[in-house]
Amino acid sequence: MTALGTDNSTAKAVSVKNVSVFYPVPGKPSVHALKNINLEIHEKDFVVALGASGCGKSTLLNLIAGFMAPSEGEISLNGRIVTGPGADRSVVFQKHALLPWLNVLDNVAFGLKIQGHDRKKREDIARGFIKLLGLEQFEQSATYELSGGMQQRVGIARALTSDPAILLMDEPLGALDALTRERAQELILKVWRDTGKMVFFITHSVEEALFMGTKLIVMSPRPGRISHVFDLPFSRRYFETGNARAIKASTEFIALREEILKIIFADEEGAHHA
Amino acid sequence: MRNAPTNSGNGLWAGLMKAKPAKPGEIYGVPGQGDSLKISAVVIVGLIFFWWFVTYAGFVKPLFLPSPMAVIDALVTMLKDGFTGASFWEHTWVSTARVFGAFLLACVIGIPLGIAMGMSPVARGIFDPPIEFYRPIPPLAYLPLMIIWFGIDELSKVLLIFLSVLAPMALGARAGVRSAAIEQIHAAYSFGATRWQVVRMVILPSAMPEIFTAMRVGIGFGWTTLVAAEMVAATSGLGYTVLSASRFLQTPIVIMGIVVIAIIAYAFDHLVRFVERRVVPWKGRG
Repeated sequence: MTALGTDNSTAKAVSVKNVSVFYPVPGKPSVHALKNINLEIHEKDFVVALGASGCGKSTLLNLIAGFMAPSEGEISLNGRIVTGPGADRSVVFQKHALLPWLNVLDNVAFGLKIQGHDRKKREDIARGFIKLLGLEQFEQSATYELSGGMQQRVGIARALTSDPAILLMDEPLGALDALTRERAQELILKVWRDTGKMVFFITHSVEEALFMGTKLIVMSPRPGRISHVFDLPFSRRYFETGNARAIKASTEFIALREEILKIIFADEEGAHHA
Repeated sequence: MRNAPTNSGNGLWAGLMKAKPAKPGEIYGVPGQGDSLKISAVVIVGLIFFWWFVTYAGFVKPLFLPSPMAVIDALVTMLKDGFTGASFWEHTWVSTARVFGAFLLACVIGIPLGIAMGMSPVARGIFDPPIEFYRPIPPLAYLPLMIIWFGIDELSKVLLIFLSVLAPMALGARAGVRSAAIEQIHAAYSFGATRWQVVRMVILPSAMPEIFTAMRVGIGFGWTTLVAAEMVAATSGLGYTVLSASRFLQTPIVIMGIVVIAIIAYAFDHLVRFVERRVVPWKGRG
């Protein structure tokens, strides 16, 4: 909250306004990857995007990250229009994003190096996040010797070093086995709580989406759009009880899970008959 | 083998074509798995024995193929007296300097060139036609031009070798640009990296395995071109030694020169592989 900020722009928020993405295909009507998307992500929000394949959730993430420009509409962070990638929006990828020629410490410090900090400062900051993610023993390890879950922790630690306003997570747990995945979900929730970052999180798992998000957007394809929005209580409940499995097995959770699965299945069916 | 539970028929061919079950610690079906060192050693000893045998038994005249002893004799004589006024070490040094000089030049120019071609359609548009034009031409064909343009001194020789190494280096580096995963590149950009930082901190390190392979291919082209480079107006060098010895039918010296070139090239290849293991231990595992 700087003194320079004016009324609305003082609150930390990502704002997606009337955003559409379409691109021409020779000889066919143009493809509407996203149509008229409106989304507000506020401070401490954990927004999860879920949807059938082709619904444009990764496109939306790429737009917020600044890797892609919208055909119509605009995206802003804290009142400033997004025109390209920047350190205020860190991305955690599904895989392949670590640099195998650097050890864990240097991977975590990679963003700080790009930003021109000296070695001492880089390592101090990186060590803080290495600790937060429980990687202390692996500081000097090669990344390709780590398990998938550990590698993903390195990716998250690296994303946090630039102190971004929002973490953009593109199916970060998609490549993990079921047990590791559940532990990673809890770890990410704790990191989110401790750092207070906004999160935009893409997943294919309905259970993961319900458990982690404070807000869930369900997207539908052709054209890609937000078809349903849900406010979710489960992550808050997790912080109170600490028992993730009990929450995922509760009747309320299961009922919502089935409701959302129905929506997504209907979209997938539509795709096959289209 | 009548009761063998096969699914691909019998016979020697079928047996060879079938993957064998893995031993503990191995993975089933990995191509080329297993140790080849012993086989290589046996083959080398066998070839030398065969060479010795056909010459000793008199099946081949020494003019066509001298015995291993004669070749060693030629080496000893050359170590003692030199060849056409220059010592063995001078011949070796001159050729090595030409090849490595050209090789280093090709690395310094070819790697950035290849990276630029991989990164920029403009650079690719400019450099792709000339490189693809000259690349398949045998160096012997443009040797006369090199001599007319650059004279009969070191310059034309080194340039000829340089050109033969440049194309594989540039193409290797260019292909290496594609090695970086798009996620790695996006990660760098999302930290606010400039294009130059992305090249230096992501693209170039990712391309290192391909660049090492290109170095190994490139230096091979360099040695191949050496003999052509020393065909005209040379007074020393291993290629020159081989060529002038052949003119006087001194076959032992020809073979000795070939073996010396092969040994230097082989040693260098192992050096590159050693450095590669140190520099890119993550190759194939990133």
